[in-house]
Amino acid sequence: MLSPLERQILNQYQHHFPLSTTPYADMAKALKLSEASVIHCLRGLMRKGVISRIGPVFQAKKMGASTLVAMAVPTERLETVAALINSYEEVNHNYERNHQFNLWFVVIAQTWADIIQLLAEIETITQLPLLNLPMETDYYIDLGFPI
Amino acid sequence: MTMDTIDTIDQELIYAIQDGLPLVSHPYQTIATQLGLTEQQVVTRLNRLKQQGFIKRFGIVVHHKELGYKANGMVVWDIPDQQVDNIGQMLANFPYITLCYRRPRRLPLWPYNLFCMIHGKNQAQVLNYLEQLKQQENLSQFHCQILFSQRRFKQRGARFSLKKTNEMQYV
Repeated sequence: MLSPLERQILNQYQHHFPLSTTPYADMAKALKLSEASVIHCLRGLMRKGVISRIGPVFQAKKMGASTLVAMAVPTERLETVAALINSYEEVNHNYERNHQFNLWFVVIAQTWADIIQLLAEIETITQLPLLNLPMETDYYIDLGFPI
Repeated sequence: MTMDTIDTIDQELIYAIQDGLPLVSHPYQTIATQLGLTEQQVVTRLNRLKQQGFIKRFGIVVHHKELGYKANGMVVWDIPDQQVDNIGQMLANFPYITLCYRRPRRLPLWPYNLFCMIHGKNQAQVLNYLEQLKQQENLSQFHCQILFSQRRFKQRGARFSLKKTNEMQYV
């Protein structure tokens, strides 16, 4: 599925991507390849959908307000409610999960007041209760995802 | 909100770079020109934002699903408040656990205060990891549930927009 080079690039550069003006040339130097080969490999991984993007992952908690929300939606209404949730720009993840609380989504906004207002609107439209579960502590450790 | 150390140029930079870098020799050139900076100034700002913790990671962002990690189980635990930090830090050390957060309980509907995401090739592997964790780390005493994802209705990185006032909105 993945070539040894693709695997190596994915394992090495989820975290130790060079923050320099010429990152692909720096990668090429470390990998003993040409810059063109590195770019070619990355382009292939993007085309396959393995890489979503190369860049920053922001700490949502420092940038603004965010929360995880759970809703218990009757099965026959799930698609309609999911589409409503998706229609908000502030929602960036929205999953069905196998639980009485079967719809889970993440809301990110500028302020906590914006989030409260958005959730109240969703409750009013759907007439369904929701659980507002903001992150209190992130136990994140920078390990990267093994591939 | 910790906005005090972000200036207007940082905000514009964050907005401009959110979709990722282009695959060209000088990927910051376009952004730098847009912002009236040099490439080096852009890189220096990004390094500072990373040091300050606004950027928690900079690099390749993968799609787990396309890599064969098709199952992810969100495990929710009810851990006594005085133990939750220790257990959360311990769980975050496992390579197959990507997120580990403390969240508030919502009683009586929701008694769980610790969330972690376990990734695996399939549901059996995820369940296996959970079983190992419970045994090795003596977690069987705590009530937990595992929620598997079914349909993915939406998944994308957080989005920023720039308001006319130049205040950043994290959307």
